[in-house]
Order: sequence, then C-alpha cells, then structure tokens
Amino acid sequence: MKEILDRITPKYDLQDVSIKDDLQAYVVVEKKLAIDMVTYMRDYEGFSHFVLMSCVDWIEDNKLQLLYLLNNPEKKCVIGIKVFIDRENPSMQSAHHLWKQIWTYQRELREAFGIDFPGSPRIEENFVLEGWTDKPHMLRDFDTNKYAEETYFPRTGRSTNDPATYMRQKLYPNQPVTAKKNKDDE
Amino acid sequence: MSKIFDFKPDRSKYPAKKADGTLDVDLRSQKYVKLWLGPNHPGVTGNMAVELTLAGDEIVEAKTHVGYLHRGFEKLIERRLYVQGFPTSIRMCVAEPDTNEYLIARSTEVLSGYDKDIPEMAQWLRMLSLEMARLQGLLRGVPGQAGTFSLGIGVQWGVYLRDLILDRFEELTGARVYHMYIIPGGVRGLLPDGFKKRMEENLKEIDNFIIRIRQLMFDNAIFKKRSVGIGVIPKEWVDLYGIVGTNARACGVKRDVRKDNPYLMYEQLDFDPPTATEGDIYARSWVRWQELIQTVDLIRQIMAKMPEKGDIRAKMPNVLHWRIPKGETYNKLESGRGEYGMYYVTDGSDKPRRVNLRGPSYTHAIALLEKMLIGTNIADVHATMVSLQTCPPEIER
Amino acid sequence: MSELDINDKVKEMLEKSAENAGSKNSEKTFVHPEDEEREVIAPDGSIIKVNPIYDYFSGKKPTEEKPSNGVVEKFLNWARSESIWVLGFGTGCGSIEIPPLMTPRFDAFRFGIQMRPTPRQSNAFIISGYLSVKTLKRVIRSYEQMPSPKYVLALGSCTINGGMYYDSYSTINRLDKYLPVDVYIAGCMPRPEALLAGFMKLKELIKEGKGEKANEYARNFDEYKANQKKIIKDWNMPDYNW
Repeated sequence: MKEILDRITPKYDLQDVSIKDDLQAYVVVEKKLAIDMVTYMRDYEGFSHFVLMSCVDWIEDNKLQLLYLLNNPEKKCVIGIKVFIDRENPSMQSAHHLWKQIWTYQRELREAFGIDFPGSPRIEENFVLEGWTDKPHMLRDFDTNKYAEETYFPRTGRSTNDPATYMRQKLYPNQPVTAKKNKDDE
Repeated sequence: MSKIFDFKPDRSKYPAKKADGTLDVDLRSQKYVKLWLGPNHPGVTGNMAVELTLAGDEIVEAKTHVGYLHRGFEKLIERRLYVQGFPTSIRMCVAEPDTNEYLIARSTEVLSGYDKDIPEMAQWLRMLSLEMARLQGLLRGVPGQAGTFSLGIGVQWGVYLRDLILDRFEELTGARVYHMYIIPGGVRGLLPDGFKKRMEENLKEIDNFIIRIRQLMFDNAIFKKRSVGIGVIPKEWVDLYGIVGTNARACGVKRDVRKDNPYLMYEQLDFDPPTATEGDIYARSWVRWQELIQTVDLIRQIMAKMPEKGDIRAKMPNVLHWRIPKGETYNKLESGRGEYGMYYVTDGSDKPRRVNLRGPSYTHAIALLEKMLIGTNIADVHATMVSLQTCPPEIER
Repeated sequence: MSELDINDKVKEMLEKSAENAGSKNSEKTFVHPEDEEREVIAPDGSIIKVNPIYDYFSGKKPTEEKPSNGVVEKFLNWARSESIWVLGFGTGCGSIEIPPLMTPRFDAFRFGIQMRPTPRQSNAFIISGYLSVKTLKRVIRSYEQMPSPKYVLALGSCTINGGMYYDSYSTINRLDKYLPVDVYIAGCMPRPEALLAGFMKLKELIKEGKGEKANEYARNFDEYKANQKKIIKDWNMPDYNW
C-alpha cells in the first residue's frame, strides 16, 4: 500500500493521505484530476474492482465529499479516492465509462444528494423515490423527523425517552436529575 | 428437417437503435410487448420490478426498478446514537441480518480503537453466528433455484431445515430472524447447555438433505436442460460489472473475503472456496451447493475448535455517552451472496456522520441483470434472477 | 382520430411535461404523457375512451354490498372463513416468515389458507411490515382489484405506529389511515405462530359477521382517498400496450 501511495502522491499532488492499516488508505484529490486518477488506478495499479461510490455531506464546511472506493484483487488492498465538491449546485464528471455499474451509483447520488453527473445514462430517472417534491433526502439539512410528522399520521400516545436521562432515573432514582445535557444530543 | 420452424432467428438487426443509443421500440407497431414483472409477482426475489420489452418471447430490453423497500436507513442511523443505530441497521437485509450486526459492530470498534480488545471466545461465537446465518440463507437459496423450475419439493425441505437452524438461533440469541447477537465489544451470551449436541443432530439432517438435493437438482434432466448454458456470465465481466461472491466464483474467479482479507478466526479454519468455470445457472447452483457442504463442515470445525469458556465482552465505554473521534473506515465480510461492506464515517459526535452499505445485489440486480436478460427467453427470467441471489432491501436500504 | 393525430398529440404532451419539469420553483407536478385522457383504437376498429389517472386512482367509488339474510349469510361467512386466499405480495421484511408458514412445519394449508399469485383470486392481503410510499401505491391498486369481501392483515409494529421507522421520510406510520385493517399482528417480526393466531382471529371475526371492512372502505372512500392523495403525488402506473 505504502509503495503505491509513494508512487502516486507526486503524480496527482495528493493533499491528504491517511493510511488506516496495510490494506486501507484514503486520499484526497483535486476535482479535475479525480476521474483521471481513478482511471490510472484501474489501468496501471491493478485496482480493477470497483467497490463503492458514496457521498458524505460536510455541511459545516459547505462541501460534499465524493468517495470512489477501489479494490486491488491481487494485493488485496482498498483505496478510497475522495473529492470535495461545492454544496451549491454540485456537479461532477461522470465515470460511467469505466465500470458498468457506476451509472447506478450516480443515479442514486443524483437523487439522494442532488449531484449532477452530465452524460451519465438514465441520470434523470427515479431511483428509489417516486413523486418526491422535497429537497434531496440525504442532505444533512433535510429533517426527516419533521417531514414524517407533517406528512404521515403519527399515532397519538407514542412516547419517546432520551436514553441517557431515562437510564439515569432508573439506575439512580434518588439522585436529583441535573440538567446536564450535551448540546449535540438534540 | 426443413427450416419451417426457425427457433433462433437473428435478432441482432432489430430493434434498430436511435441516434442516442436507446432502442427504437415502437410499442404501437404490435411487434413488441411491454411486460412488468413485479413487484406483485410470486416469482420475483423480494419486492422489486423488472420492466421487460419483448419481441415474441425474447427480451429486447430490461430495466430494473427498485425502491419499493426503501426505508432510508442511512438517514435514520445519522439521527441515532451508535447503540441505537444498531437495532435499526440490522434490518437492512432480511436474508442474512447477522452480517449487518457484525459490520456495524466492527466499524464502531475500529473507529474507537477497541478492535484489538475483542476476546477470542467472542470472535469464535461471532463466526459461528455468521456461518449459521450463511447456512440458513443457503438452505433457502439452493433449493430456491430448483423452485424456479417448478421443482417445489426442494423448497419444502429447505424451508423446514432452515427452521431448525432458526431454532438454534432462538436458543442462542432469543430471536428467530433478527438476533442482535453481535454487539459492539463482543457478543451477548455463551452457548447454552447441550447446544452443540442439538446442532450436530440438525447438521446430520442437513447432510441427508444435501444428498437428496443433489438427486433433485444436479442429476435431474429437467434441471439440466433449463440451466446449462443459460444466463452465462463471461469471466471478463467480473471486474467490469463488479461481480462478487458465488457469482464470481462460478465463472472461475476465486474471490472470497474470508480468504483474501481474513477476518475473525477464519485463518484457523481449513476450507477452500468452491469454484466452477462455466458461469451459467447450473454452475452457480453447483457452487452454491458445494458451499452448503462447506458451511456445514465449517460449523462443525468451529464447534470443535472453539474454547469452552472465556470472556465474551471487551470493556467498552458507556454506550449512552459514547463518542467516537473523527474517522472513516470500510469493513467487509463474505456473506452468502458475496462481498458485503460498510463505509462508516464519524465526526466526533455521539452519532455517526454517514453509513453506506455496499450490498452485492447493488450491481448484480441492476447493471448485470439488465444486461444478462437481453436475448433470453421470458421463462428464464426468474431462473436468472434467483441464480444471481438478488436481495432488493440491500440495494435501496 | 387517425394514428397520425395521436402521434402529434403525444408530442405536444411531451413538450408540455418538459415545460413542467423545467419550472422547478413552482409545485412540481407529475404529468406523464401517457396519463392524459385520450381515445384509443381497439383492434376491431372501435374507439375507446381512456382516462388513465382516473382508472389508476380507481376514481370510481366501489359499491357497498349489503350482507344477505340470516342463515344464508351465516353459511357464506363460514365458507369465507374456511377459504382464506392470500395475495402473494411480499411488501416488506415480514414476508420472510411466509415460507415457513406455508411449509410443513406450520402448515397453514390445513386451515384453508393458501397463497394466490393474483389479486383477482385472493381475498386476504398480508401487509408484511413497513410500507414505503412507492409500495403503498401498488398495494392500494392491488387491494382495489381484489373481489369483495376482502380482509387486510397488518404485520409488525411498523404498520401500527411506524415502529422503528417512525421518523422515516419514506415509510408510512399508520396503515389504517389508508386502508381498513381487520387484524393487527404485533411483533418485529411476528413469529409464524403469531401469524397463525392472527388468522384464527380473522376467522372468528368473519364468522361473527364482522369482516365487513371492504364495505367500510366503500363508505369512507373519500376520506381514504384524500389521505392517499396526500402522500402519493405521482399516480402514473406501469403502461401496457395490450
């Protein structure tokens, strides 16, 4: 893994290389070089098995992180090629010509995150949802709980407990409940 | 014989293609029929649909439609604590739920740095649970292939034997289908008294079934005529389409995560994943049948080599206040259908940032199935679909 | 209307729907060219008027069927309760417990329960767990195709109050807002024994003459349809050309 990374780091000017263990590494590459690098890894470094294409929404940085995960069946190692793209009108070069299953991933990402892949086949078709009018459903600022409460009919009488408070009351009933609450528990 | 009935007309010329590469199919010309297979169809594997365009009874275009089982797991897990996301995530694939348990437990352990602390006994028990899950999946899957050719008796035997394995699961974990046995840090409990003896009895019954299913499927003229040479996957497609698991092994590419990237205690077990070279439906069923034998053998090996007693839980932080530092990881295992992986991202809070599941059916059921169905007969659609072991819930999550 | 005119009309509709898709700011409408009201020529030359949206909606109100008198109705109810034919539509993960139910170990056949491949032959519908909106549309259509009297068994906690998917954007919370439910079978997932108990309960209800939920659906048709229309926005259905 390390020798492969040593080879490609100067070639693609990799900014952030993190090696998890001998068999797994993640690199960050510029947007315009990404597809080029994926192609290079497939053709010259033996990463011939495409594992996964995914997207993570880093809303605090106003970025979407695309991930191309490739597997090398010979050396049994996995490399994740990460690309950061803008959150406003996200768009990315299509890679559907490299592997036959990529257009499915791109169709899913188009629906879930609103990322456009110009030229990808059947990109406009629905993937899992039908008649969806709200914003793309996997974005962090889409509140699924609120949507469900407004759209479907929640059954009255259903109660929810904060697990931490509930367990504290159950285990230490005599102790007064302090209002110690983590901010991101909400 | 004169050429009155030409069973194999040359269909390469039509339908013609439009400029943008799509097929020029005029449905009003009465030459083509549009047929929807599913979602309400007993032969489809789960709740999905295939939109077929037919010329005669030959398929000229196929489109897979999924989303009927979409629950938005990946969104829901982002809103739950690590331990709350656990019972949610295991419902992502109903055919082999234990694989999800292992992946999410493993991902959280790796990211929080506890993956080296898992006691040996817990690892053996995890492996036992995973192999039992594979066995119950195969007991549905292997005769299921015969079921597509109306050899329904195999399904009856298989479902009965699967129930016996589910009984053992119930003994071990308390539940039939969704077990929640592999939890972060270890497993929930030790083997009950007499478990090995009862398991051995069940395995003996399955040994008997293995012989009978061979007579039903592989020594059977009906099965051979319907499966040999149909639904062929060429070897070159394996990387091109991302084919994994038994489907890849049936066309001669030996891919098995248990051998390639050994996890748990698989290095200590003696096994060799079965392969075939033909890549047709028959070869895939054959490989799966061999794997059934192998899984039974593996369970026997695990039960023999496993220590009697030991720690089953590592010391983990309080799950209610569990925070995992920022990081990402991809973990995979070999499920009954192939490489099954999970990409897990944390951001330092008490909830995961992103969980993405990679199911083998994602490629098998969409890109590959659509390609394989073109040019086949409509009667072979179910057989092809079942032989790929497609499982819709892991496509749409 | 000649074939040429129809082609022109379809082209017009395509343009119209392209315009609709373009205006994203306004409320998105799902108008498909094949959903427009039109006339089709049957093979024998006669002209048939079709209105796909109306048909898919099942816009026509189902008729309420009054029960027969005394002994006749009792006899019919007995017959109905002993021949529960279930539609083979696995809508969720609960459908994995259907094969054990139907095979020798639990053997539901001995109670006159069997699976049928088409809604036209069945009178019971097992909603096996969570229902995404996309499936709900198919479920409603299948339900409306089933001959009356018909019964609905709802499996699992997901159909009762959403279960663990209570906050999912894709699955419904309460099934009884969209379809009348006869028997709920609780659990995640319910065991085959629980399913058998549910069927026994359904038999009791039918014998007592309480299995009249199809009539309830007809009575409250507008209310059910309003709820369904609230969440299903795209009513296009698979198009057949025969």
